[in-house]
Amino acid sequence: MIKVENLVKRFGELTAVDDVSFEVRRGEVFAFLGPNGAGKTTTIKMLTTLLRPTSGRVELDGLDPVAKRDEVRKRFGVVFQDPSLDQELTAWENMEIHGVLYGVPRKVRRERAEELLKLFELWERRDALVKTFSGGMRRRLEIARGLLHTPKVLFLDEPTLGLDPQSRNQMWTHVKKLNVSDQVTVFLTTHYMDEAERVADRISVIDHGRIVATGSPAELKERTQTDSLEGAFLALTGTTIRDETAGSADAMRQMARMWSGRQK
Amino acid sequence: MRVVYILWLREVKKYLRSRTQIVASLGSPIMYLGVLGFGLGPVFQRAGEGSYLQFMAPGVIGMTVLFSSMFGGIALLWDRQFGFLKETLVAPVPRLWIMAGRTLGGATVATFQGLLIFAVSLVAGFRPVSVWALPAALGVLVLTAVVFAALGTAIGSTLKDMQGFQLVMNFMVMPIFFLSGALYPLANLPKALAVLTRVDPLTYGVDGVRGALSGITHFGISWDFGALAFVAVLLLGVGAWRFSKIEI
Ligand SMILES: Nc1ncnc2c1ncn2[C@@H]1O[C@H](COP(=O)(O)OP(=O)(O)O)[C@@H](O)[C@H]1O
Ligand SMILES: [Mg+2]
Repeated sequence: MIKVENLVKRFGELTAVDDVSFEVRRGEVFAFLGPNGAGKTTTIKMLTTLLRPTSGRVELDGLDPVAKRDEVRKRFGVVFQDPSLDQELTAWENMEIHGVLYGVPRKVRRERAEELLKLFELWERRDALVKTFSGGMRRRLEIARGLLHTPKVLFLDEPTLGLDPQSRNQMWTHVKKLNVSDQVTVFLTTHYMDEAERVADRISVIDHGRIVATGSPAELKERTQTDSLEGAFLALTGTTIRDETAGSADAMRQMARMWSGRQK
Repeated sequence: MRVVYILWLREVKKYLRSRTQIVASLGSPIMYLGVLGFGLGPVFQRAGEGSYLQFMAPGVIGMTVLFSSMFGGIALLWDRQFGFLKETLVAPVPRLWIMAGRTLGGATVATFQGLLIFAVSLVAGFRPVSVWALPAALGVLVLTAVVFAALGTAIGSTLKDMQGFQLVMNFMVMPIFFLSGALYPLANLPKALAVLTRVDPLTYGVDGVRGALSGITHFGISWDFGALAFVAVLLLGVGAWRFSKIEI
């Protein structure tokens, strides 16, 4: 479903993604596991047509995201690391706009929106403004929205960041359910080991822009002679702490938090 | 077309929902009308220029449209990092449509705001010379709104952070307002100022509205129309180009 060969992305001097190759099979749940700044988001942005690779090959459902941009866009749904809902609109309106943007016919759009909102337990709140939603509800809505146009691949970039254990648990249950029932291929990133171990069929551990190991959770444990994925992860990436560079995006993130706090 | 429409509708819906924001945004225009209108009135009259309120109300309407449409465009900067823009930019539709929906939505909202201030100025005692002038005034207002919504989109697509936003407010929006002749007549200005006022698009917006509503115009309404239409096309082009260059 996804095929990546020798993918490189440089931002000036910095090589954010450094010669990465991997493959994701149809119907699989595949996880990118790595510390902050490892290059997970940058890889997702290249797979989802938002960034051009510096070099290397990418294929999604047999198509090149640079050459066949709009075709590729119809085939995936994505939940970004930073929220991308319109908070001043209702859950239903967010779904509607998405359906129109993806050219889903009205009847199908309404039926599928209802089905998805029910599945993600948001149907009762469909006419409430998104700004009144909890973090977990927002994330669920983003996933439901990303699935509205029946994509073949769903990208989830740290979807559970900042959620409580209950919400995380519930969210993965739903995602797993859809993965099985609709055969949606899922590509996710996280730095929670337990999550990766629970939902992913296969995992790539990425660090400093390079893939250090790929395999099923059991394989990774075996290879590193450890008895938990956490142990395997630390064995592969070392124990030094990474500080995410505080760029302008971080400053804005901070302000965004302040703002959304004030609106409540 | 449906895409442009739904994004336009989104802007309008959000505007109609934000009651407190609407009220807040009327604060400074009302202050200008009240304090300057009545405070400078006697001086203006003594200088033989007639009623200051008749003169400056169109200026304040223009100012409202300027602020509202520029803000709408610059809010893009915000939306880009932490909001809805990303959702639209990964959709399988041309960016031009997205830019068009947004910009026209912003321009519509700004026009509403201008009309609201027009209503307020009527309460304050402003009297249009004739009812027939209203459509012409509305036309000028819409064009002005499009000009600055497009400029706002161009700037919002280019800026990288919030510091840039402050810079734009202080060194762009305020000068555009003060140089537009919203508050003073354009005749007999010092040379440098006269040149600056003539390159400021808001000058033509204010002059057109004033020509239609108060019967006082420096350039003539058709000239104002032409100048605004020209700048609108130009800035829509620049806005679309900058918008197409956004990287997230
Ligand atoms: N637009 C950009 N310009 C410059 N550097 C960037 C940009 N985006 C990401 N980076 C840098 O690339 C590296 C990888 O970032 P990212 O892919 O976001 O990591 P992760 O998602 O794994 O935390 C980081 O060092 C980050 O600062
Ligand atoms: Mg990331």
